[in-house]
Amino acid sequence: MENTGFLLAAFSIVWAVVFGYILLMVNRQRKLRIEIASLKATLKEKGIE
Amino acid sequence: MLRKLLVWLGVTLMVFSLFLVFVYVPTERTMGIVQKIFYLMVPMGWLAILSFLIIFVGSIFYLAKKSRRWDNLAFCGAETGLVFTTLALIIGSIWAKPIWGVWWTWEPRLTATLVLWLIYIAYFMVRSFASEEYRGATFAAVVGIVGFVDIPIIILSTTLWRGMHPGPIIFQGGLEPAMLFTLLVSLAAFTVLYVLILTQRVSLRNDQMELARLKELYH
Repeated sequence: MENTGFLLAAFSIVWAVVFGYILLMVNRQRKLRIEIASLKATLKEKGIE
Repeated sequence: MLRKLLVWLGVTLMVFSLFLVFVYVPTERTMGIVQKIFYLMVPMGWLAILSFLIIFVGSIFYLAKKSRRWDNLAFCGAETGLVFTTLALIIGSIWAKPIWGVWWTWEPRLTATLVLWLIYIAYFMVRSFASEEYRGATFAAVVGIVGFVDIPIIILSTTLWRGMHPGPIIFQGGLEPAMLFTLLVSLAAFTVLYVLILTQRVSLRNDQMELARLKELYH
């Protein structure tokens, strides 16, 4: 069908960006939580927190 | 529990909306299959506007109460808003090419949306250029409040000026029931997805603040 490429491109771009953004956030949060846990342990050892 | 429920609701609505767009809804006679981009373009535009409403509310409360919670909400709204405004502009271009024959034209609705995108960029620029974080948050809040002026301009642009963009057909009852139903389901699906993305971003922001606080304690 005429212009099907435009339709598919629109849906592909939206889903690629949305999934990419979600994955980026989830990965960043996973790394941050590891860092937070390790820092909390260090601070506890030092008796700061 | 609520988040799990939202995830399931979002997934169900999204799958249903894809079914409606690709299987159920009839193809528009004049524009053909490319008109189906409409069911993607309207939700992107709606989320771009909804995000700025969140920035606006967050900014007002931040300036009034000086609470980081409100600034965080506005900041996260700005980031998600930038993503969806960028998508709205890209999808708009993909729709414009086969319909108008050009990727871009300085048409009132498109221009006002581009201005919104630039306001989002300005929001982040004032934050990063400020010498202290609280100053950046205050400047950004001002941008978030002043920039909101563009929202009614975007909404009214098709009625105030005679551009190429279709008028407010949704509110004037110009949509066939099947098309209106598909659009409403699509809007609901993307709104649920947006709530999930925004809450995820706020949670990430809170973790970033917590890490910064712990690092300060450590040094």
